[in-house]
Amino acid sequence: MHELRIAENIVSSVQEEMRRRGSSRLRVIGLRIGELTDIVPESLEFGFNILIADTELAGARLEIERVPVQGHCRDCDCEFEVRDLQFLCPNCGGRSIKTICGQELDICFLEIEESIKGEGKTTEVWPG
Amino acid sequence: MARIEFEKKVLSENDRLAAAIRKDLSERKIFCINLVSSPGSGKTSLLERSLGVLGKEMALGLIAGDVQTENDADRLKAAGGTMVRPIVTGGACHLDARMVTDALKDMPLERLDLLFIENVGNLVCPSSYDLGEDMKVVVISTTEGDDKPLKYPGMFRRSSLMIVNKIDLLGHSEFQLARVKENARTINGDLETIELSCRTGEGTRRWYDWLRQRVSQKRV
Repeated sequence: MHELRIAENIVSSVQEEMRRRGSSRLRVIGLRIGELTDIVPESLEFGFNILIADTELAGARLEIERVPVQGHCRDCDCEFEVRDLQFLCPNCGGRSIKTICGQELDICFLEIEESIKGEGKTTEVWPG
Repeated sequence: MARIEFEKKVLSENDRLAAAIRKDLSERKIFCINLVSSPGSGKTSLLERSLGVLGKEMALGLIAGDVQTENDADRLKAAGGTMVRPIVTGGACHLDARMVTDALKDMPLERLDLLFIENVGNLVCPSSYDLGEDMKVVVISTTEGDDKPLKYPGMFRRSSLMIVNKIDLLGHSEFQLARVKENARTINGDLETIELSCRTGEGTRRWYDWLRQRVSQKRV
């Protein structure tokens, strides 16, 4: 339900960055989303596509990397991947587990076509 | 085509405002709770009772969030809350730090000891939004499924205390106290639990003592 609001935050952050760079064409927004964030990627993409439909970002897509949950046992200091939401230390059976990752909700990269100032042209920095 | 690094937390603006709230409340030694639950678990009833008892010994502020209507805020005012601020989100399924910042503007913070933020009834969306609180307290009731901690791990992971409300109705549903505690422990081994009934008052003393202790710790 709140994915649309999250998508709005992403769109406005990216629009600001595009303006700052003087870039015109966005292809991809790379996102890192932890498994513990209660974000449904499909809903996020759905909201994102609606928001950008009639904007300069139209045609851009999200590339979402899901980050598995990693825990740190406060009792024995061991680190492990938390599977099936079992926050239980595999080493000592401890239950006091700190979440090291899995709560991310980050933008990490953009793929853009950069235009050269004054010439109004688009340069292909990378092929493809 | 160029791939450029652009590292930014999606909710960085919310996190910035939440950090400012946390700093302000800490400097004023106000203990702040973000109260979350499904709709109907009894957040408002819990606050009504708390106002009646704790309101006599400390200054309580309440921010009551609802999607529509100020009914909860009105109930809390009727229960004796003098510092109650409603937030009507107008459709948004959670409170964010911007709304709380605005609600705090006309709150007499210099007088407060304890601030409750009653979030919108929802166990999903509010978990992403830091409001600058010291702790999240999640309320679950015996008329719900005892597997809620497993269904909403994000919220139960982020909470420090789980209140199991409506224990006067235990035995009238499939809900089992031992099972909800075990499920909660699987998700968050550090989660404390208090069982109570807002209707009969059973168990509420532990909740008041828990709050008193945290409020006095915050003063030090």
